[in-house]
Formats: sequence, C-alpha cells, structure tokens
Amino acid sequence: MASITFIEHDGTEHAVEIEPGKSLMQTAIDNGVPGIDADCGGECACGTCHVIVEGKWISTTGSASEDELQMLDLTPERDDNSRLACQINTSEAMDGMVARLPEFQM
Amino acid sequence: MNIANLVAEKGSAIVPMPLQIKAGHLLYKAKRKAGIYKEFPEFVETTVPDVSTLAIDDIDVSNPFLFKQNRWESYFKRLRDERPVHFQKNSLFGPFWSITRYEDIMFVDKHHELFSSEPFIVIGAAPKELSVEMFIAMDPPKHDVQRQAVQGVVAPKNLKEMEGLIRSRTQEVLDSLPLDKPFDWVEKVSVELTARMLATLLDFPYEKRQKLVYWSDLAGGGAATTGGSNDTDELFRGMADMAKHFSQLWREKEAKTAAGEPGGFDLISLLQSNDATKDLIDKPMEFLGNLALLIVGGNDTTRNSMSGGVLALNQFPDEFTKLKNDPSLIPNMVSEIIRWQTPLAHMRRIAKEDVELNGQTIKKGDKVVMWYASGNRDERAIDQPDQFIIDRKGARNHLSFGFGVHRCMGNRLAELQLRILWEELLARFGNIEVIAEPEHVQSNFVKGYSKMMVKLAAK
Repeated sequence: MASITFIEHDGTEHAVEIEPGKSLMQTAIDNGVPGIDADCGGECACGTCHVIVEGKWISTTGSASEDELQMLDLTPERDDNSRLACQINTSEAMDGMVARLPEFQM
Repeated sequence: MNIANLVAEKGSAIVPMPLQIKAGHLLYKAKRKAGIYKEFPEFVETTVPDVSTLAIDDIDVSNPFLFKQNRWESYFKRLRDERPVHFQKNSLFGPFWSITRYEDIMFVDKHHELFSSEPFIVIGAAPKELSVEMFIAMDPPKHDVQRQAVQGVVAPKNLKEMEGLIRSRTQEVLDSLPLDKPFDWVEKVSVELTARMLATLLDFPYEKRQKLVYWSDLAGGGAATTGGSNDTDELFRGMADMAKHFSQLWREKEAKTAAGEPGGFDLISLLQSNDATKDLIDKPMEFLGNLALLIVGGNDTTRNSMSGGVLALNQFPDEFTKLKNDPSLIPNMVSEIIRWQTPLAHMRRIAKEDVELNGQTIKKGDKVVMWYASGNRDERAIDQPDQFIIDRKGARNHLSFGFGVHRCMGNRLAELQLRILWEELLARFGNIEVIAEPEHVQSNFVKGYSKMMVKLAAK
C-alpha cells in the first residue's frame, strides 16, 4: 500500500494509507491522526491543519499558494516547508512522504 | 481647558496622547454645536415585533434590542430561509447588507481582496476625531505587520507558560463564591475572571483592573457604533483616561528596560521589543486602537461565553448530566459553548468591487455585515443548530472566531480560560442553577449578559 507518515511533535508516528484525490487534511482526520484541528473544514481559512513537509517531498506536494501563505503567516511555528494539509491533494506519487506536525495549531 | 496646567499636572513625557484625545473631543463638541455633526439618536426600547408580521424588506437586524429581548433567532431564521443576502436601506446605521448563511459568511470572510475591513468592523461609525486605528480594521499588508507584532502574547507557547497562573486565579475567584445563596454570575465570575486575565496579559496594575472592564465596555458599547447606550462624550473621556494609563505603563516599561531589567512576556514588552512596533507610542491613534482592540477582544467575548455556558447547561439539563458523568468532554464543550453563544454577533466589511452573492448584487462601496450569530445557527451547515450538544461532532467548525486573515488571535487563550473554568467548576460544585431569566446586553454587536442570578450547590 502507498502510505504517508505523520510525525507528531513528540515523535509519535502514524503511517496512513493514501487514498488518491483525498486531501492530506482529510486523510489525517479519517485515520484519527491527532494534532490536526481543521476548524474551517478545508477552506484554507483558519490555518489549523498546518504540517511541515519533510525535505525533498515539498517538490512533490508543491509549495504554498499566496492565500495559504497568508494563513501560515499567523502561526509562529512556520517553516520553509510549511503547508496547510487541506491544500494538498494526495497521490500515489507521495508514497513514503513524511509530514511533521507542529507543537500547536493556531 | 488650560493646556499649561495639564502639562504640569501630568508630566511632559505623557502629555501628547491624552491631550490629543481631549483636543479631538473639543473639536467634536464644537462641530456638534455648530450643527456640522448631528447627535446620534438615543435608542429607546420598544417591544420588538414578531418577525412574521413584517415585510421582508422592512426587517432591520441592526435593532440593538433584538438580542436584548432575545428575539433574534426567529429574525435570522427568516432571513436565512427567505433572503439570505438581505439589503436594509434605511437603518440608523445607514444602508447595509446582511449575510446570514454559514457558507456565504465563509466566502465574505475569506475574500479580503473583495471585502475591506477598513475603516471599522462594527456596523456603525466612530466620530472622525476618535478614529483610532486597529489592525482588525486594516487590510493586508499593513494588517499583517501589526498583527504579527502582537500575536506572540497569545501564542500557544506563551499560554502554556501561563496556564498555572490562569488556574490559580480562577481557583481564587471560585473559592470566594457563596454556596446556596443567590448571586450575580456575570459580576462575580465572568467579569472578574476576564478582568484578571487582561490585567495579567497587559501587566496592568492589578488593583485597577476594573478600569479595563470599563474601557472595554465603553469602546464596544457606543450608540453610534453598535446600538449601545454609551454616549460619545463619555467615550472621549474614557479613551483619554485609557491613553493616560497606557502611556504611563509604556514609559515605565521603557525606563525599566533602559535600566537593564529583562523584558516581560506581557503585551507592552512584546510591542517594545519588536522593530515594527517599538515606536508605536509615537502614533497615538494606532497605539490606542490596538490596545482597545486587545482589551475588547479579550473581554466581552470570553466574559459572555463564561455566562453563556452556564445558561446553556441550564437550558439543556441532560447535557449537564452528560458533562458531570464525563468531564473529558470539556474541550469539545468549550467549542460548542463558543458556537452556541457567539459572543460577537457580527463583523462588517465594505465591498471593494461589485460582487454577486446568492442571487444579489452587492455594489462596490456597500456595507456588508456578516452575522456570525446567524451562520452558527444555519441548518444548512450545522445539524440541529439550536440544540446545545456538548459532544457535538465537528464542534470546532463554528464561525465565532471568524475565518481568513482576521481570524481571532486570542482563540486559544479563550479556549484555555473556558476549559480551566469548567475543570475547576466541576471539581467544586454539584450544580449551578440559573434562578431567574438573565438580562441581555443592548447591542447589535456584543451578544451577552448584563446579569444572571445563580445559586451554587456543593458537590
């Protein structure tokens, strides 16, 4: 199975199956990965599904859009590879990808 | 007014800002006397009619007695069902659009490039002489710079440091409450706790914390801005007093830093240590505006959620039982309280271009009011929205914090305060009984309580 691994701030790992076409946010929620609040339900309007995409995988997910950057600016834990998980459409090409969760969602 | 005396009385270092407010007040009074400004009419309370007796175009949800008389639910339900994007052309606050459905509110809130937050985010307007500037009422990019300078004070990391202090101050307040004896929950708990929290965040003299409450009520309760009962002269006097106190606090902190003392984690220290805001005091209207924003933002909101939660659990007693049987539901209940109460009923915008929304054309320059209180009761987005359900699925998906770049900065602080309150309440009391109908605030903006008599039972 193609999978993505979420790593919580305390190091706990959650490997979850990719369902192509589903957003990374929804994938996390449906698999009970803690630490994703998704207050706006995937509208790129709250910043509470912040993840940090590890290393080279940012070229697979693509970088954040301008709207997304504006929301990411609200979080103090922002990193160069920060993305909102609701804005990432998962695909088989993301097999093996690692997404780290920040300590807090804003 | 003798300016020389004023200078002597207050010391030259702190004169500019209060003086500027006072000068503005004089100018405002002169213009009013000359008839350039008309006095905003005082709101006289009459019975709010049954909404079904009105023509749709005549519905005016800016009426500040809609919440006070607790008639708002039927008004907004009718708008959501019949005219979700509704134009009222004759209100005392001028013509305005009402956005009442969840999805449409989300659209407006997200699109700051279509809907400007300037110059005010409430339905009415403050006089030009008191046009304080706050980042909630600024568009990007200026908004972003100012918000980033202060958001650290309520960032989760800072809050973690403060949790112990919040808890001990909550415990102090709760331990002083009488058992089996009626008292006003609003005064003794909600107002007191939020005042203590604000004094802590601002490092404001603790014994003077009621002043923060007073200024907040003034700033948020003007007749011309939100249909409240405060007059403009009182507002000017209050803001001058606030300017005086915060200028002093600013200068004291500056002096301490100059003397080599380490900076604190309070708001003023953070402003002073950030390049973008270290000279904020030289821009009085911005300085005052942003302080007023944080005071109002952290005051009415949490205060009324603290009262609203108690009321909700009394109206839905099965939920109270559910909570007592499973206190781990508290965090989810906190979100549900914030939705059910919606302590700030609206935010307003100005259309920057013509926008089609739900079959209506909003014209460039039109005033647009997003009614969060209505969106949070929208049957299209929320299952059984009038029910208070502490283990509701998706309870976090409410509109009360707003969405987009202006999303509430203090949301995590609010949740923390409410969570601690309920943890400490459940640890102490077996019941909190609301023994009389609560009194509601007169406002179309602050949706809250001025009095709520309760009686506590021991555990």
